[in-house]
Amino acid sequence: MLEFLSKLFGRDSGSSKTVAKERLRLVLVHDRSSISPQLLETLKAEMIQVISNYMDIDEQGLEVSLDSSGNSVALVANIPVRGMKR
Amino acid sequence: MGEVIVITSGKGGVGKTTTTANIGTGLAMMGQKVVLVDTDIGLRNLDVVLGLENRIVYDLVDVVSGNCRLRQALIRDKKLEGLHLLPAAQTRDKNAISPDQMLELCADLKKEFEYIIIDCPAGIEQGFRNAIAGAEKAIVVTTPEVSAVRDADRIIGLLEAAELREPKLIINRIRPKMVRQGDMMGIDDIIDILAVDLLGVIPEDEMIVITTNRGEAVVMDQNSRSGLAYRNIARRVTGEDVPVLDFDEAEGFFKRLKKMIGMK
Ligand SMILES: Nc1ncnc2c1ncn2[C@@H]1O[C@H](COP(=O)(O)OP(=O)(O)O)[C@@H](O)[C@H]1O
Ligand SMILES: [Mg+2]
Repeated sequence: MLEFLSKLFGRDSGSSKTVAKERLRLVLVHDRSSISPQLLETLKAEMIQVISNYMDIDEQGLEVSLDSSGNSVALVANIPVRGMKR
Repeated sequence: MGEVIVITSGKGGVGKTTTTANIGTGLAMMGQKVVLVDTDIGLRNLDVVLGLENRIVYDLVDVVSGNCRLRQALIRDKKLEGLHLLPAAQTRDKNAISPDQMLELCADLKKEFEYIIIDCPAGIEQGFRNAIAGAEKAIVVTTPEVSAVRDADRIIGLLEAAELREPKLIINRIRPKMVRQGDMMGIDDIIDILAVDLLGVIPEDEMIVITTNRGEAVVMDQNSRSGLAYRNIARRVTGEDVPVLDFDEAEGFFKRLKKMIGMK
């Protein structure tokens, strides 16, 4: 019944329209930011260098990406910290 | 002084030429003096869409390189007095003209016509730069597909970088039923993502194929939805405030309601 209702009102979150919109949003974040994958790799390497001065981080687990929320784009970094340096 | 409007999209096959022909014809139906300029050099199309392919003697390249006078190259439409075409050259390439030459040509055309509508080739290279060189306003055409909207976004960025601010969007080939079923991006989805003003929406319509086969513009057909949509767009181009037909809302809700209460 719920499925029927969501079909009826076209609000199926797994619909191909929702998928299209989400893919579009992500591809545009990259297009608009004009940051190439190489640039992102360089940025990552330099971040590791700087942060390693202060913390012991898991370089393999480090993730840097661009994300969009609403109309703004954010640089999101997920950096697992193993411990502090002193 | 006339107004120069470029119709562009980035991606090919989304409806630029169809839109140029129909907006131009629509404006001429309203009594305006219009010239359509085909800048798709090497892939001439606008002449056949308008049914004027047998009348071409000179073309755009002949004009800008001084092989003929502007007047000699302009083709008058068979039915509408105010409508004219400046055809593209078929046996040359995009480098046969330069943005400066286009700028000069547009300045000349502005003295004689109220609307100069430029059909842009696909892509973002020389042909695109030529097409936008003399334009004061831009209309971006897209379809409800990820690739087409992505290209439209890129084009909007390039237009703004070229000082063609606030381009207007036309969404072509919308299928209201698919939008309703959640299988096609709708008007709001696309406007939301591109953050531009909407100029109009054209539904997917067999009549476009049929009229194009005959070398006629669908905008002259009083019974089709796409014809009405193009007439509305032409009115908006002249500054009239005409509400956008929302095909999903207009028929969608009532059809759903009828189905729900078993009326069919
Ligand atoms: N709304 C529509 N419904 C049906 N067919 C369409 C529609 N818009 C365009 N077409 C068809 O799609 C094809 C490509 O259109 P065209 O205007 O030549 O695109 P472009 O100039 O952007 O390459 C043509 O065959 C045209 O008749
Ligand atoms: Mg074309």
